[in-house]
Amino acid sequence: MIDLPFFLVASLVLAVGLFAVGLFGLMLRRGILFQIIALEIMLTGPALAFVAAGAHHGDPGGQGMFVFVLVLAASEVALGLALYLRLGRLADVADSDSVRTLRH
Amino acid sequence: MSWAGLFAVWAGSLALVAMALAVTRPNVVHALIWVVAGLLSLAAGFFALGAGFAGAVQILIYAGAIIAVFVFVVMTIDSGPEAIARERGWLGTGWKLPLALVVLVLAPAVFGLAATAGPGAPTPVSPVALGATLFGPWAVAVEAASAMLIAALLGARHLARRERAP
Repeated sequence: MIDLPFFLVASLVLAVGLFAVGLFGLMLRRGILFQIIALEIMLTGPALAFVAAGAHHGDPGGQGMFVFVLVLAASEVALGLALYLRLGRLADVADSDSVRTLRH
Repeated sequence: MSWAGLFAVWAGSLALVAMALAVTRPNVVHALIWVVAGLLSLAAGFFALGAGFAGAVQILIYAGAIIAVFVFVVMTIDSGPEAIARERGWLGTGWKLPLALVVLVLAPAVFGLAATAGPGAPTPVSPVALGATLFGPWAVAVEAASAMLIAALLGARHLARRERAP
């Protein structure tokens, strides 16, 4: 068995847990706003994994990838919330089940 | 085993609990507050891992700017008692299948228990080294990320624009 430091193993397990919590929220919720929040939570899992791996190796690449995850989260939130507002204004829907055919 | 590593794991566990509470709250404002709590504990964990830049950016941009955008959107929707009751009704049904799928996702994490905990402490990485990486060998990736941000900005502006009167 590979001899890994405790903090790295625990951080990777926590990262999987954060991703799983976000996935659970994404599938549990019907409100689009809650689903976007759950997507944000899903993105924090890989971010923690990158930072922990970077701290293990002493490599700045881990934090560099964290910056890219942050950029991805920011653009996803901007587009997702704009689509949400547009959908609410055009069709007055707030849950994703009623727009699954993309018609109303 | 290092104290900084232990603190990072503790903060990460707090973040996990806060996020689990966030996805199960019927009130969207409560959910956002729990998300902020989780992001701030994660930032504390990043500081303990020696990633000071990541922790600062997590507080300033993630818990600051991105959540502020959420708050602006929450202000435009109605979250009265009937909306909360509707969310509560949706929460009560249909949580079994998501939970089963999430257990499948979590299953590989069990292998973490098999890893032997060796010695080792997190190595701090200075923002200077991070900047030298981002604007040295990773410059093309940074440019691509900035192009994606511009595209997201223009797309959000286009989508959120009000129709002109005909």
